[in-house]
Amino acid sequence: MHEMSLAEGVLQLIEEAATSQGFSRVKTVWLEIGELAGAEKEALRFCFDVVTRGSLASAAQLEIIDRPGQGWCLQCACTVHVAALYDACPHCGSHQIQVTGGSELRLAELEVE
Amino acid sequence: MCTTCGCGGGGARINGRALAGPLRYQQHQAGTDHRHAPAHAAGTEPPMPMPAALPEHAHAPGISQARMVRIEQDILAKNDAYARANRERLQRQGIFALNLVSSPGSGKTTLLVRTIERLRDRLSIAVVEGDQQTDNDAERIRATGAPAVQINTGKGCHLDAHMVGRAIGQLAPRDGSLLLIENVGNLVCPAGFDLGEAHKVAILSVTEGEDKPLKYPDMFRAADLMLLNKCDLLPYLQFDADLAEANARRVNPGIRVLRTSASSGAGLDAWLDWILLGCSRSARSDTAAAGAASGVAAR
Repeated sequence: MHEMSLAEGVLQLIEEAATSQGFSRVKTVWLEIGELAGAEKEALRFCFDVVTRGSLASAAQLEIIDRPGQGWCLQCACTVHVAALYDACPHCGSHQIQVTGGSELRLAELEVE
Repeated sequence: MCTTCGCGGGGARINGRALAGPLRYQQHQAGTDHRHAPAHAAGTEPPMPMPAALPEHAHAPGISQARMVRIEQDILAKNDAYARANRERLQRQGIFALNLVSSPGSGKTTLLVRTIERLRDRLSIAVVEGDQQTDNDAERIRATGAPAVQINTGKGCHLDAHMVGRAIGQLAPRDGSLLLIENVGNLVCPAGFDLGEAHKVAILSVTEGEDKPLKYPDMFRAADLMLLNKCDLLPYLQFDADLAEANARRVNPGIRVLRTSASSGAGLDAWLDWILLGCSRSARSDTAAAGAASGVAAR
């Protein structure tokens, strides 16, 4: 959706960590991106390259950890895989599904020096 | 920060003040051309102390000092923090705030104008208008007598909580009032950005497709209320309103749907009642919070 803002958010978090943890260069960045988070991974990679240019993360490798979409089907009372928000329950066909996972947009870890 | 001597980088300061903006990185750009002479030669600045977290101080090139740092922070944490601050301010003042989201041309501004005209005798109303360019919408709102602040996002595709916080500061809405935030016409990006509002309201006009909630599920998922607008045009269109409602419920089983026509006024009563109920609840929770606070103070 707004991958440029997300990439800028990632860089801000990295800069704050650089100040508090004392590092000058980022080698690898691990992001957790949920299947239902509405972020396009390839667009995010492109934007990350653009916003980190000239920064302490300019040479950083971006690693994306996929988090699957999950929901609780109220009819079946069980957890099901949800690939899209309009998906029906694969068991009963109901749309009464409460999303319980897959909305992560998270900076997980950095390899720094 | 330089791991060779601790200079520059994220912690760089001049006369105790942090360097702002891209300047901070000029010294270390691309991590190659790293000269110490200008900063240290003058002898005015003592070298920065080594932070405790830094690995052993080694000047030898080629020795890697790589290490792992766990962050575990949401990427939108900054926006969410601003949104929290906005929400706290609005709750403290008992203000009911709505974030109106839709594609361009769904009739948001006309709906706002009609809403203000119908409610202005009963409520104090302020409006934040978001558009990439022009203050045409704010002008339309001001013509009704309601104060409006226009945010131009320039190239941005959504309002964020920081922009809205500043706009609220300028508007200075009254205690117990209604704050209407008209987001940039875009069914994608505004879904991810909390502004501190009580509810997102999605507006879908019947001149669009019934499958919009399926095509843009994030937005209809994030909204608590959907207004199906321009319903006066239904007789002239092949738009299946029931199907549009069903599609919205597929992505968001809890969404409430009201059918309206801002231009004819049909269905607006239910929308206005919904707003008035929200306003009275916000004002009550404000009173309750104030009562609790004074109770604590009395003890």
